[in-house]
Amino acid sequence: MPNLTHHTLPNGLTVLLREAHSAPVISWWLAYRVGSRNEPTGKTGISHWVEHMMFKGTKRFPAGALDREIDRAGGQWNAFTSMDATKYFETLPANKIDIALEAEADRMTKALFDADETESERTVIISERQGAENQPTFWLQEELRGAAFRVHGYHHEIIGDETDLRTMTRDDLYAHYRRHYQPSNAAAIAVGAFDTREMLAKIEQRFGAIEGGAAPDLFSRTEPEQQGERRVTVERPGNTAFFELCHRAPAATHEDWFKLRLLDAILSGSSGASDNKTSRLYQALVKSEIAAGVGAWMTPTVDPYLYSIIVTLRDGRSPAEAEAALLKEIARLSADGVSEAELNKARKQTRAAFAYSRESVTEQAYGLAQSFILGDVHWFDKFSDRLMRVSAADVQEAAARYLVPQRRIVGILNPIAQDEEGAPA
Amino acid sequence: MSEIQASIPNAGNITRAQLDNGVTLLVYENPAVLSVNVMGSLQAGGIYETPRQSGLASLVAGALMTGTRGRDFDAIHGSLEDAGADLGFRGHMHKLGFSGKALAEDLGLLLDGASDCLRNPIFPAEHVERLRGERLTWLQYSNFDTRYRAAKAMRQALYPETHPYHYGTYGDEASIADIALDDLKNFHAEHFGPAGMILVIVGAVDAADAIGLAADAFGDWRNPEQPAIRQAHEPEQSTADLRPSVSVPGKTQSDISMGIVGPARKAGDYLAAQLANSVLGEFGMMGRIGKSVREEKGLAYYAYSRLGGGHGPDPWTISAGVNPENVELAIASIMEEIERLTTEAVTDEDLADNQSYFTGRMPLRLESNEGIASNIHSMESFNLGLDYLANYDDMIYRITTADLLRAARNYLRPERMVVAVAGPEASTP
Repeated sequence: MPNLTHHTLPNGLTVLLREAHSAPVISWWLAYRVGSRNEPTGKTGISHWVEHMMFKGTKRFPAGALDREIDRAGGQWNAFTSMDATKYFETLPANKIDIALEAEADRMTKALFDADETESERTVIISERQGAENQPTFWLQEELRGAAFRVHGYHHEIIGDETDLRTMTRDDLYAHYRRHYQPSNAAAIAVGAFDTREMLAKIEQRFGAIEGGAAPDLFSRTEPEQQGERRVTVERPGNTAFFELCHRAPAATHEDWFKLRLLDAILSGSSGASDNKTSRLYQALVKSEIAAGVGAWMTPTVDPYLYSIIVTLRDGRSPAEAEAALLKEIARLSADGVSEAELNKARKQTRAAFAYSRESVTEQAYGLAQSFILGDVHWFDKFSDRLMRVSAADVQEAAARYLVPQRRIVGILNPIAQDEEGAPA
Repeated sequence: MSEIQASIPNAGNITRAQLDNGVTLLVYENPAVLSVNVMGSLQAGGIYETPRQSGLASLVAGALMTGTRGRDFDAIHGSLEDAGADLGFRGHMHKLGFSGKALAEDLGLLLDGASDCLRNPIFPAEHVERLRGERLTWLQYSNFDTRYRAAKAMRQALYPETHPYHYGTYGDEASIADIALDDLKNFHAEHFGPAGMILVIVGAVDAADAIGLAADAFGDWRNPEQPAIRQAHEPEQSTADLRPSVSVPGKTQSDISMGIVGPARKAGDYLAAQLANSVLGEFGMMGRIGKSVREEKGLAYYAYSRLGGGHGPDPWTISAGVNPENVELAIASIMEEIERLTTEAVTDEDLADNQSYFTGRMPLRLESNEGIASNIHSMESFNLGLDYLANYDDMIYRITTADLLRAARNYLRPERMVVAVAGPEASTP
């Protein structure tokens, strides 16, 4: 894709700019290379909590001031903590974008982390975790991660363990912030209706004076090779069973990631373009009435993560039936490969999905932010082309290499009946 | 005219045409993209069901793509998926809605697919049974979802059994299990037709070409049996317990759903009520409710208010997720904010903030094909006029603090407010 300006300020801040004049709107992002994978035991959830504290004010913009300013401008702003990154964004009418640059430059180094605000936010975050716990599948995901990653930081939920959320201190949070929030560990991204030279000048003006330094050493531990299939079973009150089949996938910058991504488009139909009811898994699981639904995820990550397929079982059908049907489809893919027609369909869907994603400057800017985090600023731009180059033989080879028992983690969520008092019935 | 104003869809840049069978077509050319979106509606929502058939309109909508007179399930979905296109139908309370997207070169495919599914469905028994099973699984799962249970209890207490809003558009386990195949066929035969149908097309298309394709797809559709449009009346004062409580075992958090009957979209004070709602639970970090319940007291991750504003008296709702120990405190804090909003006029500064918020967000809402199509569909569906968006700023800035107070008092009556709680143990709010 043309017209990407890639620049680095003397203090180490990466700048990625792309003009898009389809609507009078600009999306502005600050992405930091720190996420839940960089959290040691005892500090799980700290990246996400720091993200919350970034909305609690600076001396210049006290708590609530930016909520008001950005809403007054008709903008949106929010933040996301993922396993690999913490990202902040503002999407605003183009003539109002300056407030976003001012805000992010200010809170990169001047967030207050007031002690009272920290305590108030502790209960908000515990409430966020408890809200997630109300969904039975949260417990399955948490157990699956723990089983898949014994050593690597991907092993805990982004929200963190409740015991850590109750014991971390204001000083822990502030130290994490000061260590990771600096220009050499961040990228500023803008996509939208601006002049690149003017935007670069604005960024230099606001961020250029922030002191630079070497990028921080990020806490990271390498996951040892898996020695055979792993299984977890979770029991929660409810009446719907779930089955999840995970396989270890390579990092997003690895060439095989794209082979598996195309394999997934054929297997589950998760192209991002359409809700695929002719996909192999829909036919094998939903059409056969084993499942009420089936979905799959291949999250692009810095380190090797998981390719996950999750099945919502129909009443009266068992996880064993879902497992047998899934493994049969995987075996068929490994043995027989895919047809040229299936490949062509996946390719056209990829082209369509890419066209849809370009409608929104927010999505385009998110793609660039994610590319920076993955270590290749062209990752998003080349995504479509790299998928187009995947051949039928590549897909079959990826199935044989990755979808094997030695890389497999299986999760089952069994519903258990309880009476109104909460005791097992 | 500013760049922002010039890009707003209006009577001058929307092409509107009406077919002689009653279908209204609206096309907006957006050459900045590579794709096209369609969005439309028919007079075939849940309001046309009987209580015994609750969920029927939604089930019909879900079954439209399972087979037609000319194509089976795989052929319907295969043609769309091969092109990377997407099409879906959804049953709402007043209307059946549909939407789709494709690369611009595939607009004809999208319209033909929509036309075939709307006009020629055969409801194959095996597919309807599969869909029924999927809906039942979803309803069973939802019965263990505190948010769903609280909202359902609120809705059922707010609207009596004689009102269509008492019933959810997805139905319940009993009604879904009882619906017969003939019920689907009869509902389709009676209610699906061109009268009152709206079709919006937005994207990299030529307006005249798009009108031609749409006319080819829908121009010869006729259904003389279509009934008159059904309206939802103002509900009678509910005699139900206004403090319903639902026990959902094994949960760690309680959900609060509060509701009161709000204005329909066409009500004269709708925009004033929207601004009042923004002050209450939207602007900034979820308005005054968010500030009190989340920011100051740290009771909840989310606590906000929403105003429905559809074709009938939709509810004005407040939602919060809190630890069971904090339910009472959260409800009391929310009620304090409601009382404040209905007894004290908001400040000029509050009003100016929210007016600026409402008018300033327009460019973001019109950034994508889907956003543009949704706004054009609303203008037509609610008969707001195609210059509604162009005049929107003037309408918002004419609203006064007295208008907000009047609108808040008109609807937010604490003695009629339903307060439903669903959580790990039964607790009377």
